[in-house]
Amino acid sequence: MIKKLLPHPALTVTLILVWMLLANRLTVGGLVLGVVIGVVVPILTSPFWPDRPKVRFGPATWGYLGLVLWDIVTASFQIAMIVLFKKSEDLRSAWLVVPLDLRSPEAITMLAGTISMTPGTVSCDVSSCGRALLVHALDTPDPGAEVARIKRRYEARLKRIFA
Amino acid sequence: MMDVGPFEILISALLVIGGVFALVGSWGLARMPSLMTRLHGPTKVTTLGVGSLLVASMIFFPAIQGTYSAHELLITLFLFLTAPISANMIAKAHLHRQGRHIDPNPMDDIAEGLPDTGLGTGWATFQGLDTDQLNIPR
Repeated sequence: MIKKLLPHPALTVTLILVWMLLANRLTVGGLVLGVVIGVVVPILTSPFWPDRPKVRFGPATWGYLGLVLWDIVTASFQIAMIVLFKKSEDLRSAWLVVPLDLRSPEAITMLAGTISMTPGTVSCDVSSCGRALLVHALDTPDPGAEVARIKRRYEARLKRIFA
Repeated sequence: MMDVGPFEILISALLVIGGVFALVGSWGLARMPSLMTRLHGPTKVTTLGVGSLLVASMIFFPAIQGTYSAHELLITLFLFLTAPISANMIAKAHLHRQGRHIDPNPMDDIAEGLPDTGLGTGWATFQGLDTDQLNIPR
């Protein structure tokens, strides 16, 4: 019964939150409308997500969010330094190939987005079999170590979240 | 003389930091040598610049105006959702233009050949996704 009424609880919570933030004030009427949207939209759209991955909302998820936010701040300082003080000729930009252990498209999307937001790397492409990511690094002395860092720091954590 | 409280100082500092980062990001866009290197400035540095301005705004409204505003959180959320995607789209278009020799200026070593996937398959931009091997339910 609960499963039928709330096929996607995380989406319900997200919709209510986004609705409240859009309204920008806390009123009972707004909350009721938000709850109605949060219940109706997942029911209507549930045919669009068959077999969606199970996401664990636990300490691992929040820890990952915090880690990524922290990395965005430090990454910005690093890139700002490179932009301001490093000569273009001295840039050691390189293409990296990150072999993936993750299999679900959603998890790979999260990893690609994370790579694009964090230190000196932008994800560009995925292999046609979906098992490797093509990543461009702005300035890396050791491409192998950079790949290992991405796998250890982000992919290992995502594997625990998308179980 | 005007009364300057700690909030004013904090807000001003955040505004200046945000402005500096946005400027550095744009400067990176202008001075880097090739498209791929140019992508790095706007995806990261400018994000922090805008984030810093948004934090300043979130402190300003409750502390000075006495109202509150939560739109900044939404702006941050949408920024984080859209920045990697637009960077990816630009990179893919660039891969196409370089890989198919449409762009007259070779750069980023794409025309000379991207690194091998190591899996016996090509990159999706040029070969398309092999949905049989992906974990996509149909």
